[in-house]
Amino acid sequence: MDLRFTDEEEQFRAEARAWLRAHAPRDLGSTGTREGWDAHVAWEKQLYAAGYAVVAWPRAFGGRDASITEWLIFEEEYYLAGAPPRVTQNGIFLLAPALFEYGTDEQKARLLPKMAAAETLWAQGWSEPGAGSDLAAVSSTARRVDGGWILSGQKTWSTRGIFCHALHGLFRSDPSAPRHKGLTYFLVPLDAPGVRVRGFARLDGDLDFAEVFFDDVLVSDRDVLGQPGDGWRVAMATTGSERGLTLRSPGRFLASASRLIDLYRRTPDPRVADEVVRAWMDARAYELLTLQAVTKLVDGAALGASSSVHKLAWSELDVRLHEAALALLGPHAELDDGAWIKGWQFALAGPIYAGTNEIQKNVIAERLLGLPKEEK
Amino acid sequence: MRFAFTDEQQELARVTREILTRECPPTAVRKAWTDDHLPAWSALTAAGIVNMTAPERFGGAGANELDLALVLEEAGRAALPGPLAAHTAVAIPLVAETCDDATCDRLLGGLLVVQLEGMPFVESAHRARTILVEKHGELHAIDPRDATIEMQRSVDRARKLATVTSRKTTLLSSDREALRRAHDRAAFAAAAELTGLARAMIERTVEYVTIRKQFGRAVGSFQAVKHMLAEAHVAVELARPCVHRAAYALAHREPDAPRDVSLAKALASDAAHLAAKTALQCHGAIGYSFEYDLHLWMKRAWALAAAHGSAADHRTRLAHLLLGEAHV
Repeated sequence: MDLRFTDEEEQFRAEARAWLRAHAPRDLGSTGTREGWDAHVAWEKQLYAAGYAVVAWPRAFGGRDASITEWLIFEEEYYLAGAPPRVTQNGIFLLAPALFEYGTDEQKARLLPKMAAAETLWAQGWSEPGAGSDLAAVSSTARRVDGGWILSGQKTWSTRGIFCHALHGLFRSDPSAPRHKGLTYFLVPLDAPGVRVRGFARLDGDLDFAEVFFDDVLVSDRDVLGQPGDGWRVAMATTGSERGLTLRSPGRFLASASRLIDLYRRTPDPRVADEVVRAWMDARAYELLTLQAVTKLVDGAALGASSSVHKLAWSELDVRLHEAALALLGPHAELDDGAWIKGWQFALAGPIYAGTNEIQKNVIAERLLGLPKEEK
Repeated sequence: MRFAFTDEQQELARVTREILTRECPPTAVRKAWTDDHLPAWSALTAAGIVNMTAPERFGGAGANELDLALVLEEAGRAALPGPLAAHTAVAIPLVAETCDDATCDRLLGGLLVVQLEGMPFVESAHRARTILVEKHGELHAIDPRDATIEMQRSVDRARKLATVTSRKTTLLSSDREALRRAHDRAAFAAAAELTGLARAMIERTVEYVTIRKQFGRAVGSFQAVKHMLAEAHVAVELARPCVHRAAYALAHREPDAPRDVSLAKALASDAAHLAAKTALQCHGAIGYSFEYDLHLWMKRAWALAAAHGSAADHRTRLAHLLLGEAHV
């Protein structure tokens, strides 16, 4: 065990820190407005130009071949610098892992560089009105035709969907096959004829969700990721990273915990001290859990179902952290422009998205502990 | 950055598990209620584990907390009776770092137990060669032949507790820093044992609910049972890296070691409590019977969760370390 970073890693940290502290913008506005969105995209392009958009990707696709440890360092510095949320994340963190694993060389070359450069912004198209936790119940269809596929149906809860250029998601291509077998993963341009996108507001009022309607949308074979019928497996390549490391790096929560401690020092209340301490403890424990997982990944092991442990950990600690902050703020917390009440509303989504925490507990019980599946 | 144990450390854990699987099944834990001869202790001594933390020139291996962490976890896993934590993880390092060679030579050969301030009882005092006692920031040695040892019955009958009083004590050291480290080592060792206890309880419960049938199906297939066990598992999975981090901080004498130790002990205590409650509830009535073995782990978990600072004690220390003056 050696928890020191190498000279190269420390050098990387120093460079990233200096650049981020000099350039990270504040208050870009809501991503649910055109101006706010454009400002966030401009920031993504600035990150890309500096070589920080996707540090762990190969250079050929816009990255800098950084190790996973360097990626963690970058994330830590990113959030410590107070930099804004990544509007590219549904592409770079969710779609990219599946593209790297299942994409053809043509798809990788065509899609990854533009994703890194924030030229193509991606939305996720998994959930449907009738398929939430039961993801395999998706009923949007893909029908084989000459030279491609015809998509029909509806996706919903697509975060940042209104301003995105493309959507990646699951469609039922073989209704006669067993539920998990008849799915295909598609990459769909949102300006294709027959696609209609309607924005709607999330809990905090920001227009950050979209429902996407597909009315006989023609897509080509090169818009299929992986093999037809193999969509469930492709999607699972995404969930491994979605639940685990890449979606929510510990840096984000360490930064929040340190802001919480600052808040406590400014407005101390001994009755809340224990909750502040618990929030810091959970953030630190999540960091250590992640460092251990990173070592396993470096050794060639896969995260697998243990990503569900990570998802439970970060989503619950984020809620706890904000609860402590609101308790400290008392009646002042109510003001709608406050960062904590905003963050609180975002944190409340954590136990729901990326697979509800109840689903994660089933995964932990069945796949990590080996308990029998529920009888149907 | 590499946050994993070495092959040698993992091998030592494997050897420990092998010994304890053989020498410390639940029947042996029960036997220890009335019999001071512990076959597991003899086997661990023969394997060089009991004295592994002593410097090499005093017959040990110069092992540190990183070498010990997984061994202690295995001890917890088997609910090993006897003062492995007190002797190996606390007393030996304390003597080695505070005493001169002649004293080390005299003390390090026999069983050492220790009473740090804040702990009302000493474990296994009746069979120790030397009892170390912390008093007013000083470390004293007591020869059991000079002491009044009054046995106290622990809820966990395998823990042989006693109160020790003696008019004759020998001052060993007044190194307060070393004593502070001893407290941290004791808390760390208990935390490591607690994660082992918690894992053992979860494993046993998983086995049971997979076999136990009600309503025509394994009770472990019910979501209510699954979720309880998943929550306990997550608590342990989060506590473990903290225990390992504390081992690293202690082994390297990092200035932040108290912070890391408190994090580890607080989370491990809570995780073990949760695992114990979950195990009992998921077992149902069978877990509540004295003949069934679950309580061997459960009661050890209660005892160790409260020893060397409870979760609340360690969170209070963290509050002081993190929030500083503003806390009070």
